[in-house]
Amino acid sequence: MSLGISAVLGVVNMLSSWPLLSVIIFLPLIGVLFLMLIRGDEQVVAANSRQVALWVSSFAFLLSLFLLWGFDPVATGYQFEEKAEWIAGSGITYHLGIDGISMPFILLSTFLTPLAILASWQAITHRVREYMIAFLVLEVMMVGMFASLDMLMFYLFFEGVLIPMFLIIGVWGGAERVYAAFKFFLFTLLGSVLMLVCMLYMYHVVGTTNIVALSGYDFLPAVQFWLFIGFFASFAVKVPMWPVHTWLPDAHVQAPTAGSMILAGVLLKMGGYGFLRFSLPMFPDASEYFAPFIFVLSVIAVIYTSLVALAQSDMKKLIAYSSVAHMGFVTIGIFSLNEQGIAGAMFQMISHGLVSAALFFCVGVVYDRLHTREIGAYGGVVDAMPRYASFFMFMMLASVGLPGTSGFVGEMLVLVGAWQASYWVAIFAATGLVLGACYMLWLYRRVVFGRAEKPEILELAPLNNREYVIFVPLTILVLWFGVYPSSLLDIMQGTVLDLLEISGAGTATQTALR
Amino acid sequence: MDFSQITLSAALPEYILACLSLVLVLVAAFSPADEQNMKTVRSLSLLGYALAFGAIFFVPQGTHVIFNGLFAVGPLGYYMKGLVLIGAFFAAWLVSDGWGDGVDRPEYHVLIVLAVLGMMVMISANDLLSLYMGLELQSLPLYVVAAMRTGSLKSSEAGLKYFLLGALSSGLLLYGASLIYGYTGTTNISEIAASLSGGEVSAGITIGMVFLLSGLAFKISAAPFHMWTPDVYEGAPTPVTALFAIVPKVAAMGLLLNVSYVAFADISVQWSQIFIALSVASMIVGATGAIMQQNIKRMMAYSSIAHMGYALAGFAAASEAGFSSVIIYMTTYLFMGAGAFAIILNMRRDSVPVEKISDLTGMSSTHPLLAAGMMIIMFSMAGIPPLAGFFGKWYVFLAAVNAGLLPLAVIGVLTSVIGAFYYLRIIKLMYFEDAEAPLDKGLERNNRLVLLVSLGVITLFFMGISRVNEAAGFIALSAFG
Repeated sequence: MSLGISAVLGVVNMLSSWPLLSVIIFLPLIGVLFLMLIRGDEQVVAANSRQVALWVSSFAFLLSLFLLWGFDPVATGYQFEEKAEWIAGSGITYHLGIDGISMPFILLSTFLTPLAILASWQAITHRVREYMIAFLVLEVMMVGMFASLDMLMFYLFFEGVLIPMFLIIGVWGGAERVYAAFKFFLFTLLGSVLMLVCMLYMYHVVGTTNIVALSGYDFLPAVQFWLFIGFFASFAVKVPMWPVHTWLPDAHVQAPTAGSMILAGVLLKMGGYGFLRFSLPMFPDASEYFAPFIFVLSVIAVIYTSLVALAQSDMKKLIAYSSVAHMGFVTIGIFSLNEQGIAGAMFQMISHGLVSAALFFCVGVVYDRLHTREIGAYGGVVDAMPRYASFFMFMMLASVGLPGTSGFVGEMLVLVGAWQASYWVAIFAATGLVLGACYMLWLYRRVVFGRAEKPEILELAPLNNREYVIFVPLTILVLWFGVYPSSLLDIMQGTVLDLLEISGAGTATQTALR
Repeated sequence: MDFSQITLSAALPEYILACLSLVLVLVAAFSPADEQNMKTVRSLSLLGYALAFGAIFFVPQGTHVIFNGLFAVGPLGYYMKGLVLIGAFFAAWLVSDGWGDGVDRPEYHVLIVLAVLGMMVMISANDLLSLYMGLELQSLPLYVVAAMRTGSLKSSEAGLKYFLLGALSSGLLLYGASLIYGYTGTTNISEIAASLSGGEVSAGITIGMVFLLSGLAFKISAAPFHMWTPDVYEGAPTPVTALFAIVPKVAAMGLLLNVSYVAFADISVQWSQIFIALSVASMIVGATGAIMQQNIKRMMAYSSIAHMGYALAGFAAASEAGFSSVIIYMTTYLFMGAGAFAIILNMRRDSVPVEKISDLTGMSSTHPLLAAGMMIIMFSMAGIPPLAGFFGKWYVFLAAVNAGLLPLAVIGVLTSVIGAFYYLRIIKLMYFEDAEAPLDKGLERNNRLVLLVSLGVITLFFMGISRVNEAAGFIALSAFG
């Protein structure tokens, strides 16, 4: 027994001397290398590619658990820091590190990637090798982005995401995939290049791209104003906020199931993460100045997209619009600029990452069987797939925000935070909750309940083991965070308070809370 | 004439190419005009480029002025000559056996060696006379090779158009040079720089400089002097287009750096405005013009106009950072262009070269590796990180922002989004659509090498950026010091 413990401790000690973050980030590239080396006929290549991608991404997930293990929630500043020379004499370094904000996202990314690969096990039958390469590259970019402490590195990863995602939508997507892929790419690129100009300006003024140094730099209020707008252009498209959300429904509907899972699960969070990592600490005055404007956009997003979701006849589109509405809560929480709001936004992002990935997978499960996403084509699915119906119901209720699920905690905290900032915002946002319940319950009723009249519905195959393997961990986590939110809140609390202090919005009471 | 040690060694690469061109003329003239002869001439020219490239590492360090002040060598010249020789080597290497179009004749390689010699002379020119001499030595063979496809009306048109507009630009340049000579009393670049320092700048010099820069803007096909580019790119035999796309642009940029940053260093306020206009116009023309193109060579022409626009943003900055950003940009540009043409030169159907963009349709299923290579190059040209093209843009726009030219940077990034559209269109055709009439299988061995080197540079550029940046910074420092 003691031998076992010391062995584990030995491994941990060994890992602590490793550049663990770099290993997690670049591990999938080794998988890419293996994938390129696979030889044989198409069937063999496809089967082996799936295995390699699954094992590599699972291994990356296991390694990322060591981050959770070694993470000290009470310590301030960044942990697991790595610093190396990159561009000599220019203030641009290879700099990685995580804090309470980025750590959950890294785990979310490494957790969802193997699930997404499993979700495409049978759905993807052509060019499997390329598909898996795209997913592993995507993982590199996602984890790298959340771990970067250098602005240029952040931008490299942030933009690099576009390449694999463009291909995933465009090559393996639905009928309108070309339009959706172009819209996704060009919308996001347009936002990002404006951020790039702002980054160039900040680098010019401060002389370094170190995010820690930039967070401590006081930009003049007038400069902050413009820099905020530039960064906002990029993050608002990514989140996405109304009215630049229009790429999202197209991208989601056309993307393959696993692409939607990652898109909704992780890629949308990049915007929220960007607000927390850049906008709030670097442009605190501008953040305060623009907060009402963002509240208005978010409230419109919450109410308008909920209404639009009600009118959808395509399941994926409906869930895509619901994502816009849920991300509206996130931006409200972030810009309420108080502890509850930001913690709630963080919680909501993680929760939405799990729930929306699960919901898109729910659609994928029946799509794989019937090859249609039309709500009208279903009805009475519960008769054929009772266990699927239970998973779907659980995730649907989590999306609605039922107490006991992770969705409730996030939305609750955001509303508490929003109430402190402006009760009108909280009231309007709360109506979004009601509307959310309407469209989700209605969707569920039309798809799952009712009498199965169509013969093909009755013949639907029950869930297979692979699908259980995807549903069960997602369900457990949603439930876990719902009944024990502190497990997540404790990790990020210290960082959230630090963030509020840096951004100058930390009042005496908030400091006292600590 | 002084034949000291330094004179002999500082221009070593040029001597090698000059001797080589003479040898090649003899070889080409006195052996039978068959394929074997062409191969010999090509191998010799490749050897010559390699030797000249190697010779760069043996020239004396530091800056030297030789040939009675006509010729100056220094870090900038060495670096740009290195790039030109790499480009020329790639371009000669890319002429596959049996391409036809006139480029299978031995004269082709003789002419290119002469043109490259001209480029090296103009990069090192320290006098408006040697500058003009180098420029014409470069241009005349290029006019000929553009029209090398003798049976083709388009090729003849390309050659004629190139020649006429080239002659016009040379005229502009000469007129500008004469004005500058009239107002400063010298044609020597160092002396012009000295005479401009501190004193009042007369209108004559400014006008002369505008003419001079206009003539040079023609050579790099910056808008609004770009009209010839799409037609010449389309009409010329494709191996010649590949050459045009990568080599003369790099050389002309080296020359332009020398003229603006060295000769007119003290009136940078004047020329930076010209470059702002040229840069914005080129970025817009390049980005919008390419959208509707059906021919991939024409598209590459507009793409190169856009790239020149981005590189010119480094001139507009008129600073040390701007100077080094141009060098970095041209480094990335060379490899992206070479890689793209390695693939374009391999586009054949039933052994006939094809050049429509739609011919690439479905390439990912018929040529998976080639399509992946083309995709990486296209993403790089669109400036998507972490590929080389992004770093080029990062440095030129950084220089622009440092110089307070925020609107220029904003226009630049916005046009890069427009430009991304047509690069993505190629990826779309290759990856999102199925092939109806697939291209021929296989990749020429020669093209393979160029493609591999280019892809290596493009994808791993982020690792070498530190070194490139240091080198560019060192060159900028030596030019400014």
